[in-house]
Amino acid sequence: MSLDLPPIEATAPGRLETHLRQRRDAGAKLLVPYLTGGLGDWTEVVRAVADAGADAVEIGIPFSDPVMDGPTIQAASERALVEGTTPATVFADLRRVDAGVPLVAMTYYNLVFHMGDERFAGEMAEAGFSGMILPDVPMEEQGPWRAAADAAGIETVLLAGPITPDDRLAAVCERSRGYVYGVNLMGVTGERASLGQQAATLASRLKAATDKPVLMGFGVSNPEQAVEVAAVSDGVIVGTALVRRILDGGGPEAAHQFIASLRSALDES
Amino acid sequence: MSTQSPSAPAGSGDPVRSAMGEPDPGGRFGRFGGRFVPETLMPACIELEAAFREAWADPGFRSELDGLLRDYAGRPSPVTECHRLSAELGVRVLLKREDLNHTGSHKINNVLGQALLTRRMGKRRLVAETGAGQHGVATATAAALMGFECTVYMGEVDMERQKLNVFRMRLLGAEVRPASSGSRTLKDAVNEAMRDWVATVETSHYCLGSVMGPHPYPWMVRELHRVLGDEARQQSRALLDGADPDVVVACVGGGSNAAGIFSGFADTAAQLVGVEPAGGAAVGAGVPGVVHGMASFLMQDEWGQVEEAHSISAGLDYPGVGPEHAHLADIGRATYHPVTDDEVINAFQVLSRTEGIIPALEPAHALAWVIREAPSLAGRTVLVNLSGRGDKDVAQMMDILEGEL
Repeated sequence: MSLDLPPIEATAPGRLETHLRQRRDAGAKLLVPYLTGGLGDWTEVVRAVADAGADAVEIGIPFSDPVMDGPTIQAASERALVEGTTPATVFADLRRVDAGVPLVAMTYYNLVFHMGDERFAGEMAEAGFSGMILPDVPMEEQGPWRAAADAAGIETVLLAGPITPDDRLAAVCERSRGYVYGVNLMGVTGERASLGQQAATLASRLKAATDKPVLMGFGVSNPEQAVEVAAVSDGVIVGTALVRRILDGGGPEAAHQFIASLRSALDES
Repeated sequence: MSTQSPSAPAGSGDPVRSAMGEPDPGGRFGRFGGRFVPETLMPACIELEAAFREAWADPGFRSELDGLLRDYAGRPSPVTECHRLSAELGVRVLLKREDLNHTGSHKINNVLGQALLTRRMGKRRLVAETGAGQHGVATATAAALMGFECTVYMGEVDMERQKLNVFRMRLLGAEVRPASSGSRTLKDAVNEAMRDWVATVETSHYCLGSVMGPHPYPWMVRELHRVLGDEARQQSRALLDGADPDVVVACVGGGSNAAGIFSGFADTAAQLVGVEPAGGAAVGAGVPGVVHGMASFLMQDEWGQVEEAHSISAGLDYPGVGPEHAHLADIGRATYHPVTDDEVINAFQVLSRTEGIIPALEPAHALAWVIREAPSLAGRTVLVNLSGRGDKDVAQMMDILEGEL
């Protein structure tokens, strides 16, 4: 079956991809933490993880029905929503932050659809975001968002998983901007005891298919796993393990310490 | 894409031009539908669409399904003329008796089809969501019949409201897992079922219970319920000297029973009416959104956070609606109207007393609309899809009506 995908405009690498390429080409393994926007003193955590050696930071804009997220990020989203978080509060809070590294939003499409693709992309750019991950928008449905994002200079990161067939994987690599997000496992976000061979296999397939930065996420819980996954890719995304520490009451210092431990493990690998 | 749908009912005309034909190749009904799922689920959605298309065109598959519907589920279900209720309302009321199917509702039609499809795809585990428990019971039943594993997600609140169905599913060998996040009702059960499916898609089939979710579900589930609409059209014509009813009415949560009966009449002159609970009127609210794999009308706040639906009926407590209903509303082919819980409680009792039929709370919504609109429907013939029986709701109604009876 041939893919019938909406056309996209050719674009040069943006700020996010350029930054990650430079870091990678300088020999670093890339480290991208994820945290839930609006959760406690989250802007301080953004600064802390950037300071601890993050190469970019993913910020979840909480949604009522996060189907790709496991219990930890669900709980974080619910708490942030109860505390009054909206896309507007995330954007407003971020305008006061200069993290020094590119910021990538991750959310679900209804928030964008409801506000309107162009307005959402515009407000993201104004707030300082460089990239966007929409896990519930596959390539086939990306037309309206992609046009708005490209026009606003927002790089749309696409995901591929262990059972993504070759033709779709090639299309993901071709169309993804910023980096390519490899999903380590079949399932939702959350810490796992082990990642298994499928993560390494996917990473190898992605690396063979693209020169764009390849980052692997889902399930990465500790420095050992980060090193394991980064060995065959360009780096890792760590979400739940960080969010859990924040939910457990850890502040910017705990976040800094955890991310620094990942940074040094990756640097020594 | 084939240009001819093998599923078009005899006499419904060109399926491409039918008001309820196939969606476009992207799964769109007008501006609604589509496939808003994670990349990890796209291969499964594409595989499912191909498998269904092939199976639906395969006479062997169709005859095996027809055999199960006849010998196991008890189809065809009759159409019953309600003489006493008609006299009371001044409206000629016919009921399509889906309450008489095995497991007590229309849900079995869809589930038997998806179970056969699951076997055809070489999978051996069913995952399902359920609200009132009717779809969960039907899925657990089909799993027992086929020897499949079965996991049903149900909101914690609904598990409490529908204890009997929880026990029934367990008796049938299914595992019932509580959905304990969010509103802890149907929408959260859908979230949990999708999360399970993302993790188990290579061996499990998501047996979605309504005309919602990503393509091909809205189309496939409607086609699997088309049998009830086709039967009803023929049965009504037999009763009405070849004429069709003036109005065809069904309750709408996700909208599967309505889609089934509407599909039998979409190409006739019958007026199509969907009835939503006042506390879960997605079409009534009229705000488009994207959730659970589809673009449709969706109850949501000013930021697009999905709101919780509230009604007396767990089966209709869904903030969205199937995309084809959104489209039928858009093009004016069907209209959708809200009824209140009080009107539903009244309708539940009226049908019980006038016809000796205790309806489920869901189709009691459709009856409630007919009762309310009786003055404007005077002299006309109305076909109501009685999508399920009320056994599951008797305990809840006993609490509500305590002291009144």
